[in-house]
Amino acid sequence: MSQIATPGRLTDPPTALSTAPAIAIRGLTLRFGGETLFENLDLDLEAGRFTVLLGASGVGKTTLLRIVAGLETPDGPGGSVRADDGRPLAGRIAWMAQQDLLCPWLDAAANVALGDRLRGRRPDRDRVAGMLASVGLDGRGGVMPAALSGGMRQRVALARTLYENRKVVLMDEPFSALDSPTRLRIQDLAADRLAGRTVLLITHDALEACRLADRLVVLAGRPARLIEHPVPPGPVPRRSDDAEVLAAQGALLERLAAGIG
Amino acid sequence: MRPLITLLGLVGVWAAVQHFGAVPDYLLPRPVDVAACLWRQRGLLAGNAAVTLAETLCGLVLGSACGLALALAMVAFATLRRWLMPLVLLSQAVPVFALAPLLVLWFGFGMGSKIVMATLVIFFPVTAAAFDGLRRTDPGLLDLARTMDANPALLLLRLRLPAALPVIGAGLRVAAAIAPIGAVIGEWVGASAGLGFVMQNANIRMQSDLMFAALAVLSAMTMALWVAIDRALRWSLAWAPDSDPGVTGR
Repeated sequence: MSQIATPGRLTDPPTALSTAPAIAIRGLTLRFGGETLFENLDLDLEAGRFTVLLGASGVGKTTLLRIVAGLETPDGPGGSVRADDGRPLAGRIAWMAQQDLLCPWLDAAANVALGDRLRGRRPDRDRVAGMLASVGLDGRGGVMPAALSGGMRQRVALARTLYENRKVVLMDEPFSALDSPTRLRIQDLAADRLAGRTVLLITHDALEACRLADRLVVLAGRPARLIEHPVPPGPVPRRSDDAEVLAAQGALLERLAAGIG
Repeated sequence: MRPLITLLGLVGVWAAVQHFGAVPDYLLPRPVDVAACLWRQRGLLAGNAAVTLAETLCGLVLGSACGLALALAMVAFATLRRWLMPLVLLSQAVPVFALAPLLVLWFGFGMGSKIVMATLVIFFPVTAAAFDGLRRTDPGLLDLARTMDANPALLLLRLRLPAALPVIGAGLRVAAAIAPIGAVIGEWVGASAGLGFVMQNANIRMQSDLMFAALAVLSAMTMALWVAIDRALRWSLAWAPDSDPGVTGR
């Protein structure tokens, strides 16, 4: 299927993150209101890579992501989600949703350290400051979410995801509510900061998919199947004005539109 | 400013009805007589208002604390919820005011019975509001907390409780408005002090100007209490989106 080889990154992932596991999703079945959305679905997430999942609304992408996150259990017997190192995935997954899910009563720094607050650990102030600086919000830790723009709020959410320091990151259309230029910049940031982790990203945005994906899969049909889609060459994040990225985006859009019928 | 003008207008209507309607003074006193009585009896009214205020505040603190505690417990423990929630809902049907004679019998003529009365009156609205607010946490936030391996107690206290504060605040505003009613009804049934006691005595002696004066003090006190709580809530919930400038404005 794939004419274009999956490219490697220019730089090797940092050693601290080289333990990011590959994830094998096997035999997942999902039914909704008597209808089978997908049956016996298999998907492999490569270790330390961005896997991007696309598909029409209502095809079951979000539920698939929630099953991987352990937030939902698959319908029917036999479905499994396993890490290749044999250890349980629980406690190794960070979650980033479409909404930034910032607590409005906490300032940016306290939101970044939300995980520690909820686990009863003392937040590491230096790490919080470091995470905020790494998403371009240096010195903004004391700002309340209401005073931040949508792009800044999603940056805080990214910093919160990074603070959790999990090897697996699951993202459900995290940038879809942002305006295009802001989206472009935060995609670059996410690609840079999440390099070396096993990432599953759901998106509707063909350009986002072609810029960030090490591997592209489209969930389509009823019951839905996974179709591999070729990835443009070059390291992630790819430039949005690159001819091959634009060509791949066009081809991907055509495929998605054909799926709608 | 506008509410004040409306109020003055209503007093004007009252004066007009009294003047042109030929209503006897013992049924409807003239506004000036009430004002004069307010001044003449200021010592009596202030002393008794302090008693009613103390009862109201104690009832507010107790009722809010108990209501919040029960709501938290019911959210934390499903078993407790199943056993108690139907009872809490049914307790709404019990006319709490009808319990006043019983409470006076049990807790005496002093402040105790009035505090219990005020507590009971606000217990349900606070419990219901708190329970409602605590259950309506954004499911996205709960998902996020699950992936963060949140401790259940900390999830409740550091995520669900603050997220519910705007709804709990609405319950506290209702409580501030009705707690004085509980205290006054307790005083009507049997007391030796308080604005309700003053009104009861004035009623028996046909001192309608004193009755109206006590009523005015009670209304002013309730409004002041409501405004104070409203201001405190607005200040502590400054983060919550609130497009309504409220009664008191900003």
